[in-house]
Amino acid sequence: MEMNFNQHISGQFNADLEAIRNHMMSMGGLVERQVNNAIQAICNGDTQLADDVIRREDDVDKAEVTIDNECTQILVRRQPAASDLRMVLAVSRVVRDLERIGDEASKIAIHTLEVTDTKNPQFCQQAIRYMGEEVVKMISGALDAFARHDVDGAVEVVRTDKLVDKQYASALRELITYMMEDPRSIGQAINILWILRAVERIGDHARNISEQVIYLVSGADVRHSSLTEIEETAHKDD
Amino acid sequence: MSIIENHKTVGTPLSEGAKLSARDVCVYYGEKQAIYNVSLDIRKNEVIALIGPSGCGKSTFLRCLNRMNDTIDICNVTGEILLDGDDIYHPRVDVVPLRATVGMVFQKPNPFPKSIYDNIAYGPRIHGLASSRVDLDEIVEKSLQRAGLWNEVKDRLHAPGTGLSGGQQQRLCIARTIAVDPEVILMDEPCSALDPIATAKIEELIDELRENYTIAIVTHSMQQAARVSQRTAYFHLGQLIEVNATDKVFTTPEHQLTEAYITGRFG
Repeated sequence: MEMNFNQHISGQFNADLEAIRNHMMSMGGLVERQVNNAIQAICNGDTQLADDVIRREDDVDKAEVTIDNECTQILVRRQPAASDLRMVLAVSRVVRDLERIGDEASKIAIHTLEVTDTKNPQFCQQAIRYMGEEVVKMISGALDAFARHDVDGAVEVVRTDKLVDKQYASALRELITYMMEDPRSIGQAINILWILRAVERIGDHARNISEQVIYLVSGADVRHSSLTEIEETAHKDD
Repeated sequence: MSIIENHKTVGTPLSEGAKLSARDVCVYYGEKQAIYNVSLDIRKNEVIALIGPSGCGKSTFLRCLNRMNDTIDICNVTGEILLDGDDIYHPRVDVVPLRATVGMVFQKPNPFPKSIYDNIAYGPRIHGLASSRVDLDEIVEKSLQRAGLWNEVKDRLHAPGTGLSGGQQQRLCIARTIAVDPEVILMDEPCSALDPIATAKIEELIDELRENYTIAIVTHSMQQAARVSQRTAYFHLGQLIEVNATDKVFTTPEHQLTEAYITGRFG
């Protein structure tokens, strides 16, 4: 049967849904840049870049409020159902995670200003760089998966989150050894700990975004599910 | 668009212990086929919503369930419709008691040009359900109470039914249906002529009636279907496309035609 199911009867409804999706994507782009810059700032000791990240956090917050309001308007005016409803709910949830990622990026930048000012050794630089690169990829991977309705891409992000969690655990062990060796380094180590923690949390939020991709595509709510359960849900229709 | 060859209804159209069962029902208006091989079970004490674009056959199907289509000369129904396992199209079935057991409420409230009391009392009188005036009074009061209208009309039972507001008239018609002790109530867009407040009252009433009756409702309002029903059946060009739990239909419908209709992509 030949039919075009892409278009609503109401052109404005199409435009409204397209708008929240596009706005979410550009907010995602902004957040991804924030995280990338925060990681560069800590790895290169670039305080100017850190300042820049802190300054731009406001834009992220505003984007969240604006997009969430657009979602509310669609709910009120259109009473969306089925895939449209899932799109609106997913966008609304994703922008909240994006905003939190923005917060974490800003935390990294704030601690960067503290650790870079001191003459203390820069612990766990490699772990921060590695985990940082992974989580930036996770954010873009999750958003790509959203744009393409790609469940496999979303599952891949969840898988990567597991790796980041492991990296985080081993970086913590490394930090503890430094602190035991030299108690004077504890202040510095704690700052680094906050940064590692922020990077790890960014991974969790990217995972949450991926879970919304699965909800968007299949309607299954996989929040708080294990990786195995998510993989099973993703391949149910195969 | 044309009908789907060899379509099999997706979801859960059939179930154990159904109150009403339709099997392979086809309806023809003269040469033209309006319904194609619909099989559907309606469960006891459930509200099932029949939705679909205009001309999809949902009202035609509803009207098969108490043989309302018999009143149309050129209309021909094939297949089987069972009420508690008994074929309602059997030649020996008398349609008058059938239509009391399977009552119907229409789009436009259609009270008789009689008093409120007589509107309700008419059915029980002709069906011989009341042996005395006291009995009849009791049936009238109980029916009006169940229809949520008693408090509004108890002081003017002998005023004409046509003097009530649209929403009250519709509840009067529901009370009239209830008065003859039905088991199934069919509703054909019962709220489309009503304002939102009257609609909300009818919807509230439908939910209460579910305790005692089995209800099938045809509605053009998808929000209404979502609000009042436990299961939703989607009709398209005379075919029953999908039947599923209402929350499933409105969040993750199985069939792409259902999805396209409820999201407003055609209709």
